[in-house]
Amino acid sequence: MSLIQGATGDWEIVIGLEVHAQISSQSKLFSGSSTEFGAQANSQVSMVDAAMPGMLPVINKYCVEQAVKTGLGLKAEINLYSVFDRKNYFYPDLPQGYQISQFKHPIVGEGIVYLDMKDGETIEVGIERLHMEQDAGKSMHDQHPSMSFVDLNRSGVALMEIVSKPDMRSSEQARAYVTKLRTILRYLGTCDGNMEQGSLRADVNVSVRRPGDELGTRCEIKNVNSIRFIGQAIEFEARRQVDIIEEGGEIVQQTRLFDPKSGTTRAMRSKEEAHDYRYFPDPDLLPLEIEQSMVDELAANLPELPDGKKARFIEEYGLNPYDAGVLIMDKASSDFFEDVAKGRDARLAVNWVTGDFFGAINKAGLDVASSPISADQLGALIDLIKDGTISGKIAKQVFEIIWEEGGDPAEIVESRGLKQVTDTGAIEAAVDAVIAGNPEKVEEVKAKPNMLGWFVGQVMKATQGKANPQAVNQLLRQRLGLD
Amino acid sequence: MSDLTTLTIAEARAKLDAGEISSVELTQAFVDEIDKADALNAFITKTPEKALEMAAQSDQRRAKGEAAGKLEGIPVGIKDLFCTEGTLTTAGSHILDGFVPDYDSTVTTNMWRDGAVMLGKLNLDEFAMGSSNETSYYGPVVNPWQRKGSNAKLVPGGSSGGSATSVRANLCMAATATDTGGSIRQPGAFTGTVGLKPTYGRCSRWGIVAFASSLDQAGPITKTVEDAAIMLGSMAGHDVKDTTSVDVPVPDYEAVLTGDIRGLKVGIPKEYRVDGMPSEIEDLWAKGIEWLKSAGAEIVDVSLPHTKYALPTYYIVAPAEASSNLARYDGVRYGLRVEGDDIIDMYEKTRAEGFGEEVKRRILIGTYVLSAGYYDAYYLKAQKVRTLIARDFTQAFETVDVMLTPSTPSPAFGIGERMDDPLAMYLNDIFTVSLNMAGLPGISVPAGISQEGTPLGLQLIGKAFDEATLLRTGQIIEQAAGDLPTPASWWKEMS
Repeated sequence: MSLIQGATGDWEIVIGLEVHAQISSQSKLFSGSSTEFGAQANSQVSMVDAAMPGMLPVINKYCVEQAVKTGLGLKAEINLYSVFDRKNYFYPDLPQGYQISQFKHPIVGEGIVYLDMKDGETIEVGIERLHMEQDAGKSMHDQHPSMSFVDLNRSGVALMEIVSKPDMRSSEQARAYVTKLRTILRYLGTCDGNMEQGSLRADVNVSVRRPGDELGTRCEIKNVNSIRFIGQAIEFEARRQVDIIEEGGEIVQQTRLFDPKSGTTRAMRSKEEAHDYRYFPDPDLLPLEIEQSMVDELAANLPELPDGKKARFIEEYGLNPYDAGVLIMDKASSDFFEDVAKGRDARLAVNWVTGDFFGAINKAGLDVASSPISADQLGALIDLIKDGTISGKIAKQVFEIIWEEGGDPAEIVESRGLKQVTDTGAIEAAVDAVIAGNPEKVEEVKAKPNMLGWFVGQVMKATQGKANPQAVNQLLRQRLGLD
Repeated sequence: MSDLTTLTIAEARAKLDAGEISSVELTQAFVDEIDKADALNAFITKTPEKALEMAAQSDQRRAKGEAAGKLEGIPVGIKDLFCTEGTLTTAGSHILDGFVPDYDSTVTTNMWRDGAVMLGKLNLDEFAMGSSNETSYYGPVVNPWQRKGSNAKLVPGGSSGGSATSVRANLCMAATATDTGGSIRQPGAFTGTVGLKPTYGRCSRWGIVAFASSLDQAGPITKTVEDAAIMLGSMAGHDVKDTTSVDVPVPDYEAVLTGDIRGLKVGIPKEYRVDGMPSEIEDLWAKGIEWLKSAGAEIVDVSLPHTKYALPTYYIVAPAEASSNLARYDGVRYGLRVEGDDIIDMYEKTRAEGFGEEVKRRILIGTYVLSAGYYDAYYLKAQKVRTLIARDFTQAFETVDVMLTPSTPSPAFGIGERMDDPLAMYLNDIFTVSLNMAGLPGISVPAGISQEGTPLGLQLIGKAFDEATLLRTGQIIEQAAGDLPTPASWWKEMS
């Protein structure tokens, strides 16, 4: 348990998250307009999205399927009967004057997400519910000196609001939760998880209490749009609340905003000022009734999910839980790993993929998809190590060549003469030359066998690294009488 | 040729088919009549050029042998709640100032597909909220009827007052209308026209300015039951753009008018015998029962025990939905905008000036009943009662095929008479509103003349999607009532 220390003792942070995830769909939740990101303002707005008189919403079946799929991915109960409600409030970027959402009867009920923490602990975070709703448009206040503009491209875009239970106890857990949730959504393909484009954002509920006490009064930090900010917002907010309580004050339930520049949160509105949304069932839409057969079919075709893949990696490739955990966090990386590892030494594959390969793409600011080295190339390189054609050291050299210039690893090794020397005659000659040239070291190594490394180094140097290190080692031990 | 305007759709269609008249001639006759009827204030927007152009196109189609639609060349009026592409659409409200849609409602699209000609947009209570057509920003519509020996102006009923008046005054052959609590049937009764409110989901709501989404339903106001059958056949149909429209086949409504109702079981709901109901309404009802009996129907007493809760329940559900539906009129994107110091000030000023008193009253009621702490006591309870009202009908329809009731508790009243008493006004809908709550079809058929010399109507209530039985039975009443008088055309002297 991670506690924060106050002047009067320890405090526990309690965190619950409402994540808004944009459904990956070509068209909006209740209209046929495109959802493509970055289009010219107000170019993707239908009469329905603009709430022209007499317009009616029609549910997008594909979006419903994505929500169900996501529910299945969260191991949650799927509600065959759900209802769309209207959430009423006035805002210029909300053309209807209400948001169509699901209030009393969401499409997905309780589920669970497992978090693998760095210390090896597994945390269970309960999912309270998942419901579908429309996104609002965007108000732009920086386009004109005296006027505000409204862009309705986002108006009506389908969102899933995924509400967690207040099961997290540190900013680290909250970050791990959002990361894991995003991974699950990406595996499912139901949300692209791009936080910088607003496809995924979170409302963060934070309260503090003495360990074991009742829940404290919470504050909700609205619309935080990066995992790092979520962590910062929680840290700041928890400390703020502890300071208030310890100074004898009381926490006022309120909605707050996170300011990334200062790393602080500030009050937006208090509970008294909170809207009365006057939810009621949307009379333009019939209750949403889905067939169990549809749920079954989606369940049968569900892709492999991160937890399942992790277990399989451990089982099938003999990976340790940590390596498996790192690999599965990104679907593309785990696919890349599997392509490399298939039919090869898994240990070698994981070392190369998580070591040199990830190192190189991170350094270059690339991702797996844009990497200049393919899984086939890396696999072929590993094959060359495995069959003794090249040493691990030479392999690093070949890796760099492929990274820069491309090409087939075997051809590169051949044409550049990087092939490992396994000809015992040549290695013997080099070993003998090193022993003959360094009589004083020969004396030293007999007293101190650790010195063998120096001899290996000299022989490798003499053979330009091409000698098989195991052969060199063996021969040196023989000749120096160390066995 | 002004007698062309007294024709029914069926008669005009026969003349058009026989080549005796052209749609342009027919349309011109109506355009001329409309110009003489400004005193009735039935139109918000007249579209004579468009009408004559559409009529000419219809004549061309007919000449080429391409006339196919059941409304080919028939000039109609459109309640100004239906969006019409390129023509101002106001919903009778100041807040939609200058709003010209880029689209046509599904219902009007169906009618243009069938060859109808648009004469203009008809006046109505603001956002269809009213029972007298006095809440329109464009002023009250006047009933063509006057009391015997009086020239006091009477209301045509509402909200489809413009539709009812224009049909009765021969300003169009038929009109579209909408009914949320009685807005087709009550004006039908007050003007001596046929008003048909179809089953909820029979006609698409797409492109009709919403009042209360779970209750609104489009239907026709016509001179005869046969014309109502023709109109409904064009207006009705499933629409993928309206999820609440229902995918059931549209029967040939004209073919069901067989004149044969032998063996039909007609229910008489005892709860509709309300205290203080004028004896002439009672008498009319009794007459109606006799007519149906002599046509071979069997009369059965039925009970709809939750009837008395229908009106109060309606005045929770309808305003609740309206308060939300009307939130989009905020001055941001279309219609009226009254500038303010900031966005909130702009909203407040726009809505204060843009909405009339009755609309504001209902937005306030609706906002109140949906508010935290009141929702369960009002809205939720109203929904439960609504279910009970619907169940009453389901049970009663286990033993009868159709029900007969009066359409309204009184004949048309004078303009201004009830404007100070919203509750008295709301009581107008006492016989009509239950059907909307249950989603059932109803028709008001002219059945007699009151002691004041103004029309009275009888209402038939049908099973869901059984408009056919309503129309067939309605025609029996129409025939039994015989040739009813038509109003003297006093308004022509005033224009």
